[in-house]
Amino acid sequence: MIVAELKEIDEIRKMIDRYSSILVVGCDSCVAECAAGGARETQLLAAALRLSYLKDGQKRIISEACLDRQCVDDFIDGIAEQVPEHEVILSLGCGAGVQALARVYTDKPIIPALDTLFIGETQMRGVWTENCLGCGQCKLGYFGAVCPVARCSKKLMNGPCGGSKGGRCEIDPETPCGWDLIIRRLEAIGELDRLGEYVPPVNWSTSHSGGPRRVIREDQKQ
Amino acid sequence: MKTESLLEKALESGKFVVTAECGPPKGADTEILIKKGKSLLGWVDAVNVTDNQTAIVRMSSLAACSILKQLGHEPILQMVTRDRNRIALQSDLFGAYALGVRNVLCLTGDHQSFGNQKEAVGVFDLDSVQLLQTAHDMRESGIIIGGEAIQGPPQLFVGAAENPFADPVDWRVVRLGKKVRAGADFIQTQCIYNLSRFETFMTQAKDMGLTEKTAILAGVTPLKTAGMARYMATKVAGMDIPEELISRMANTPKEKQAEEGIKIAVETIQRVKEIPGVAGIHLMAIEWEHMVPEILQAAGVGNRPPEVV
Repeated sequence: MIVAELKEIDEIRKMIDRYSSILVVGCDSCVAECAAGGARETQLLAAALRLSYLKDGQKRIISEACLDRQCVDDFIDGIAEQVPEHEVILSLGCGAGVQALARVYTDKPIIPALDTLFIGETQMRGVWTENCLGCGQCKLGYFGAVCPVARCSKKLMNGPCGGSKGGRCEIDPETPCGWDLIIRRLEAIGELDRLGEYVPPVNWSTSHSGGPRRVIREDQKQ
Repeated sequence: MKTESLLEKALESGKFVVTAECGPPKGADTEILIKKGKSLLGWVDAVNVTDNQTAIVRMSSLAACSILKQLGHEPILQMVTRDRNRIALQSDLFGAYALGVRNVLCLTGDHQSFGNQKEAVGVFDLDSVQLLQTAHDMRESGIIIGGEAIQGPPQLFVGAAENPFADPVDWRVVRLGKKVRAGADFIQTQCIYNLSRFETFMTQAKDMGLTEKTAILAGVTPLKTAGMARYMATKVAGMDIPEELISRMANTPKEKQAEEGIKIAVETIQRVKEIPGVAGIHLMAIEWEHMVPEILQAAGVGNRPPEVV
């Protein structure tokens, strides 16, 4: 899923202070799972903004709504009636949600309330970790299902760098060394032999380096 | 001989080879570089020119190599994959060779979060092993990545680094083997303080037949102060300084610590010299380049009068 974090209210205020009516729109998918932009967080943010403006003696109309998915047209239509009544949409979707709203509601400013961070997993309650960069050619099968591109700070493909110490990455003792994880995992499944081979330079053209990507499936079109 | 490299020539001669690190200045001041270069002249077989080490912006390694070459040095161009993609790296290999550089040390580089440009993008298009293979393929097959033929392929003597002290420990020699297969003509190791671990590493390398395929230069860095020892042990990536060395420095009066650090470096050189498979040393006297002659003399390694061409 996509993992995101709520921005500081001051930063949000800087972007929305110029509007008098604000529609706060959550997204009940990925960003709900990471407790950043679901129905609950949407209510909380709307309440915090009301309080913040009240404290400053400023008047604002603040309404709220939450879509099942902000990145899918069928769901985006769900706020069609509320949108014209507001000057701005404050989105608690990920970057994709924000931009999808902008594509649909062409005459409306859309402001992000979240910082979109990464594709990751919920490792435990309150802990989300990055493990995929969406490089476009998954090689997890060769690396014991631990990704060197996403989990090594230097995207190394040919083994750990000289900064791996006690299973920790050189950049931060809180960060596990991705290569340490790869080696342990391959050891556990008896496939360490996969690591002797030279891994040639990655073809980054299937990643974002190849420009914005899209997938077209004729069989899925209606 | 595979190349015109004077480092290769020195290694081929079978003598105990000495390389030293020469860090380019944090700016465009060539005087600093020339001063450092002069203090090493006649003492080393080749000089490593670092590439924005610890991710701190410095004069480009390539420019500094060229200046040191004019001074009479045999430069080793250090190249990290952190800052440049494969287009820039390969282009710089061409340029370096055109300017007379004959050696390259292929590195990944310290992460940008260590340096003074923490907000920079980390490129890491290639890793050090891939850069190594690239420089090797240029020389042996006259091609760049992707297989395209090039005009005047650089005939570089290609090196890599290895850290015998990083983890996972058993993996280090496997990685060394990978680097040798990718074309490493020489290896320069991380600074050695933990001699027993280094000896184990060398035994493993020898048992795998790697010391016959590549020349291993043992890394030595003199400690200046007890503070430096402690800092390196805790803050510098991939460093292994045994507690007894740190206390040896700490138990020495402050004004005598530099002397003690040099003594330790000299002892280290003398010990690694006896380890089978060690082809020489790589002296990294960080911002202390002028001490290199004294250290080498004390270690009984002697000087290296420049070749008369």
